[in-house]
Amino acid sequence: MGARQATAGVSRAPWRAPVATRSNALHAGAWWLWALGLATAASRTTNPLLLALIVAVAGYVVAARRTDAPWAHAFRFFLALGALVVAVRVLFAIVLGSPIGGTTVLFTLPEVPLPDWAQGVRVGGRVTGEAVVFAFNDGLRLATLLICLGAANALADPARLLKSLPGALYEVGVAVVVAMTFAPRLVADLLRTRDARRLRGRSDRGARAIVGVARPVLEGALERSVALAAAMDARGYGRTAHVPPGVRRATTALTLGGLLGVCAGSYGLLAAEGAALGVPLLLIGLVAALAGLWLGGRRSARTRYRPDRWGARAWLVSGAGAAVAALMAWAAADHAAALQPPVVPLAAPELPVLPAAAVLLGLLPAVVAPRPRDPARPTAPVSTPAPPPPPAPPTVPSPRSPA
Amino acid sequence: MIRFSQVSIRYADGAAPVLGPVDLTVPEGELCLVVGASGTGKSTLLGAVSGLVPHFTGGTLTGRVTVAGRDTRTHRPRELADVVGTVGQDPLGHFVTDTVEDELAYGMESLGLPPATMRRRVEETLDLLGLAELRDRPLATLSGGQQQRVAIGSVLTPHPRVLVLDEPTSALDPAAAEEVLAVLQRLVHDLGTTVLMAEHRLERVVHHADRILLLPGGGAPPVLGAPAAVMARSPVHPPVVGLGRLAGWDPLPLSVRDARRRAAPLRDRLGARPPADAPGVDAPVRAPLLTVRGLTVHRGRVEVLRNVSLAVAPGETVALMGRNGAGKSTLLRTLVGMHAPARGSVELAPPAGEVGGAPAAPHRTEPKELLRRVGLVPQDPRDLLFAETVAQECAAADGDAGAARGTCRALVARLLPGISPEAHPRDLSEGQRLALALAVILAAAPPVLLLDEPTRGLDYAAKARLAEVLAGLAAAGHCAVLATHDVELAAEVADRTVVLADGEVVADGPTGEVVTASPSFAPQVAKVLAPGRWLTVRQVAGALRPATGGAR
Repeated sequence: MGARQATAGVSRAPWRAPVATRSNALHAGAWWLWALGLATAASRTTNPLLLALIVAVAGYVVAARRTDAPWAHAFRFFLALGALVVAVRVLFAIVLGSPIGGTTVLFTLPEVPLPDWAQGVRVGGRVTGEAVVFAFNDGLRLATLLICLGAANALADPARLLKSLPGALYEVGVAVVVAMTFAPRLVADLLRTRDARRLRGRSDRGARAIVGVARPVLEGALERSVALAAAMDARGYGRTAHVPPGVRRATTALTLGGLLGVCAGSYGLLAAEGAALGVPLLLIGLVAALAGLWLGGRRSARTRYRPDRWGARAWLVSGAGAAVAALMAWAAADHAAALQPPVVPLAAPELPVLPAAAVLLGLLPAVVAPRPRDPARPTAPVSTPAPPPPPAPPTVPSPRSPA
Repeated sequence: MIRFSQVSIRYADGAAPVLGPVDLTVPEGELCLVVGASGTGKSTLLGAVSGLVPHFTGGTLTGRVTVAGRDTRTHRPRELADVVGTVGQDPLGHFVTDTVEDELAYGMESLGLPPATMRRRVEETLDLLGLAELRDRPLATLSGGQQQRVAIGSVLTPHPRVLVLDEPTSALDPAAAEEVLAVLQRLVHDLGTTVLMAEHRLERVVHHADRILLLPGGGAPPVLGAPAAVMARSPVHPPVVGLGRLAGWDPLPLSVRDARRRAAPLRDRLGARPPADAPGVDAPVRAPLLTVRGLTVHRGRVEVLRNVSLAVAPGETVALMGRNGAGKSTLLRTLVGMHAPARGSVELAPPAGEVGGAPAAPHRTEPKELLRRVGLVPQDPRDLLFAETVAQECAAADGDAGAARGTCRALVARLLPGISPEAHPRDLSEGQRLALALAVILAAAPPVLLLDEPTRGLDYAAKARLAEVLAGLAAAGHCAVLATHDVELAAEVADRTVVLADGEVVADGPTGEVVTASPSFAPQVAKVLAPGRWLTVRQVAGALRPATGGAR
């Protein structure tokens, strides 16, 4: 098994994480918990230095541990989205003004006179440094939240996350996976058909080209969906185990009752009175709904092939995220001024030592999570008791590999 | 194992049945091949075994189909999933998950097999099909042959007792097809799997079959029998059978090896090369219509074509061969300007009627102008067809090409006699669709015609018609370049063959010389009659005719 390959590396550096294989792959949920921990921490502060530190931590872990899969390239997109959020927030503060006062006038825009009914809205006017800094910090907080989610997206395989859903929700997971593979193929079809327009001597640019190919592409997609549905049916999709009618009824009752309980409980919590009743009702509802899901899972005869295991490394990764969130929440009480630095009067923000150290805990996954395989140096075939492959140079393409 | 009793299937009430009535029994461990022209109900028959017909496709099934004792009338496809494994024509349409390993496990997960069993079977299947190195790869990144093997593997893991395959090798190059067939042979021999398979490329499969079911179509009853007996009367047959029938060999040879052992007298009689049929020898040298010089094309960071040079003269037909992914499609797409050359040049001569026109570089030419110089029929002709009826399609083609009204209709009538102008292009058979796409392109009468993999899904009759059309175009001064895996078609129509490997031209010369030099590209007749340079049954028949005439 590939483990031997990995142990060769470990003998030199026993503390290094093993190379990721399917058997030791980190549970996708662990990455999400880690990222949500960082995001929670980010939501507690507007200190730009701390926020930048969180982005740096997330970015470093992504750089160190992402694979070469298509979704792993999404992180750059989230970085760009974050920059856009900051830019838009600052632009709005400049154009529409800001409730933050301040005395440092940077420049003055011509003010647009507005009618009386638009009182309280201002376009143009004085732009103060305090307002810009406040908008920047605020935008940076939202951007950091997005970037944390982007990190989870880049690190966790979405298909494997869906595979961890409970059995009763299996159909939902399949629908999402199918949609995820369909979307790129639809785009490929669209491009191919647009090329074909060119072959017919029509222009391949402009809106008409897109409209002209939409119908054939959708027809093709429909044909393919029907073919896929047939293939899935022929491969046993939707086979159900026999479930006694009593269990079936109990499932329905538990799920429906549980959901009702959850609704009523949340209402109780949010309404002015009835919080005392709300919490237990919500809990009972949750338990009933979960029991319904579990019972519902018995109807499906499916088993799971090599599910992700929640091992020690998954505990460490998710624990790192949770620790960052918890320490930041504790610091929010003690170092309130450092976490929410006042912008009036303008001052350079300070980096509070303890919260910064807490954020650095988020780097733990870059060390403990299994290393992604080096794409330049293919490892030996994982598993199978086959004899080791001949030491052929890896640059020679196999006769069947696509050019 | 599979039993059809008095089965007939019709899709609309009152319409003629698409299949049947069929009586058929396939015993366990047999490889049964279903042959017949397009539209004789092969796919319908295969669908009936897995229960997809009529549960999924609609239609009415009369009679009874049982598989391993289960009646498909009372068992839905999902309830047959543990005994029947089905692979359709398009492997990509079959995949539910996104990586090789998950795809292999999917069927077993649905059946609820224990995890330890699943793990063992996935490993076994990875070894059986030679997929171990690809186990973590996303399915979309695999080549056609690899995808086909994964599709077969994915239905093998639940250990079905029956395997149903619809044209498993139609999209594959000769070497990849051999790979897939070797796997099937192994399943039949080692595991006793019953295989029911439909295939148009009989030259690849007929010698693997234990029995053949012939669907003659046109209401005639199906014929089931030993391969040699069925082939002796089948309207669709591989070249080796054609040669055997021509030479009057009995029993009929089905493989090149059998035929070669019988062919010594024929070889002596025929001599070294077809006498007058050596093509292109006395053709006058004319200015080429298409000139490619030192062409290099990049896609992303990959160099797909490297330093390719090629010139094609009027009246020439060139076959472009090479394994899947060798750069054939990219070359054709570059010739119509879909990729810009990184280095080198492509020049298209001006249309015949235009005096003083300058040669054009395709990627800098407007589509409308380009169509008057070069036309490409893509791998899937459906891509070219946008309209809802054949008539609308033709009218649109005339408009696009600036041709006189009715030009395209006249072409359709010639290429596709007897087609209803109200038919929807998607409802046509593969061969009809190709003919329609060809007519659409030919409406502009481009001097250079490019065809990408034209014989996918075509039966022998449709291929013969295509060969006739190409010969007619060559005679009229067009030139054609066709990328193909079909060595028999290349031998039939091409004067010249160019072999691409990893983006470079590795062979370029008269078809007779190029294809006989390589065992994987040689047509069956050439293999049987080697070292003679005979390529097709037609040549042999032509050479024999005066001889027999003289003896009479």
